[in-house]
Amino acid sequence: MSLPETPTPRTGQDFWERLAQLDRRIIFAFIFLALAIPLFFTIRQPIAVSPEGRAYFEAIENLPAGSKVLLSFDFDPPSSPELQPMAEATFKQLLTKNCKLVVIALWPQGPQQAEKALAVALRDPQFKDLKLEYGENYANLGFMAGDEVVIQKMNSDLPSTFPSDYKGNATLSLPIMQGVKNYKNFDFIINFSSGFPGTREWVQFCVDRSGSKMIAGNTAVQAPENYPYVRSGQLKGLLAGMKGAAEYETVVGKPGKGVSFMGAQSVSHLVVILFVILGNIAYFASRRKK
Amino acid sequence: MVSLTIAGFLTLGIMSFVYKDNPVYKLCESIFIGVSAGYYFVSIFYQSLLPQLTDKIGITGELSDSALAYYRETGSLASPQWFNLIAAVLGVMMLLRLVPKIGWIARWPLAFVIGSTAGLRLIGELQTNIMAQIQKSILPLWDPQYIDGSLNMAASVGHSLTNIVMVAGILTGVVYFFFSKEHKGVFGGTAKVGIWFLMVTFGAAFGLTVMSRMSLLIGRLDFLLRDWLHLLG
Repeated sequence: MSLPETPTPRTGQDFWERLAQLDRRIIFAFIFLALAIPLFFTIRQPIAVSPEGRAYFEAIENLPAGSKVLLSFDFDPPSSPELQPMAEATFKQLLTKNCKLVVIALWPQGPQQAEKALAVALRDPQFKDLKLEYGENYANLGFMAGDEVVIQKMNSDLPSTFPSDYKGNATLSLPIMQGVKNYKNFDFIINFSSGFPGTREWVQFCVDRSGSKMIAGNTAVQAPENYPYVRSGQLKGLLAGMKGAAEYETVVGKPGKGVSFMGAQSVSHLVVILFVILGNIAYFASRRKK
Repeated sequence: MVSLTIAGFLTLGIMSFVYKDNPVYKLCESIFIGVSAGYYFVSIFYQSLLPQLTDKIGITGELSDSALAYYRETGSLASPQWFNLIAAVLGVMMLLRLVPKIGWIARWPLAFVIGSTAGLRLIGELQTNIMAQIQKSILPLWDPQYIDGSLNMAASVGHSLTNIVMVAGILTGVVYFFFSKEHKGVFGGTAKVGIWFLMVTFGAAFGLTVMSRMSLLIGRLDFLLRDWLHLLG
């Protein structure tokens, strides 16, 4: 793979013509600085909560205390800047409601992401003294290959789909899994997804076939595909990208990385908008000259 | 600290591609691909393949902990679990592709996978993305909103406008993709409106893609500046 050659500006060109042929590395440098510099400062900005983000929060808030919740971590480290803050804040809200948490993953690195998010939530002073026990209050059943077939199979027999957990224990030996046969034994389902298999497959093979209630956290690039499910009621709420994470952290009242990263995100967007405007002006100016 | 430093240099190596394709980038890319492939193989083997076979069929000669727990729970090792053995045989047949003389055997499990996946997804797509979406797209163009029993005009107009835009977007978009009639006159005009809706959709998707890519870079910068170099508080 190689990058396309950047055109070399010729002598005698005016400012706009030179701008139209700007070396892409200069744009990269601006973007880099626009993202890096704000990380050194605390930039506070109002974070408006979208209806989908509020619905996500309220769906968990309306769960009865002690509900059993199934969480699927269908992403890997590259997507963690967007999805990890959501997952951490979600765990915190679920623990506030004293929910019992069962984690699975359809992506090989999902279980690790879940472990990291759980560790952050459990370190929170609010839950430190609760003495939550693995197997009793939460469990990580690990990863299972098979994509959408795994989702489909869990609908008929979840313990046989995940015979052992992430630590190698027999799934049915875990107290939290006693009496769990399929989705009907969970009060709620939450999916964090950055691609395939992900939210789309969960809606198709779990929500529409078992009637389970589900919310999801998506990377921004994936969210447009899943917004129609919110409107149709197939999803009860949706968080989209880092903005979604920041919204959720705001509404939960536990600002984390999502909120702190939004400053850098906003500055970089301003730089992109500026370059889009300048690029358009340069294009039309050079066309008029021709 | 050593692992952080290695990760830091590998990150910088990958980022160096932004300036120019170079040997350091190539090296980092190869390491990434190799490590990923190895990790995926080990994960799938130990977390999926082995538990599915040994825990349920007792392939090791005695029942594993998981199988015992299942036995205690259900009172039996249900016979359908032996189907996993058939899946294992299909898996081995798939690998026979590596032997040129009997490579044709791999076509059978492949046919099974393609057939079952097509069947599974066909129903899913029909149910979730066609029927459910069509049903929820049938919207009233006047959608009165009542607050405490009385009509709220502003909310009603807002909701109705949303519904009108939705319905107009769907109809004009569908018209644009109808190619059995020439896009001329009223039909052509409607298709043109459909293009505008599509353009707005692409714009929104592009905006969210930019946000997503920026987020990835923020994640890497946070790693470099906070976790590795400890420059951020």
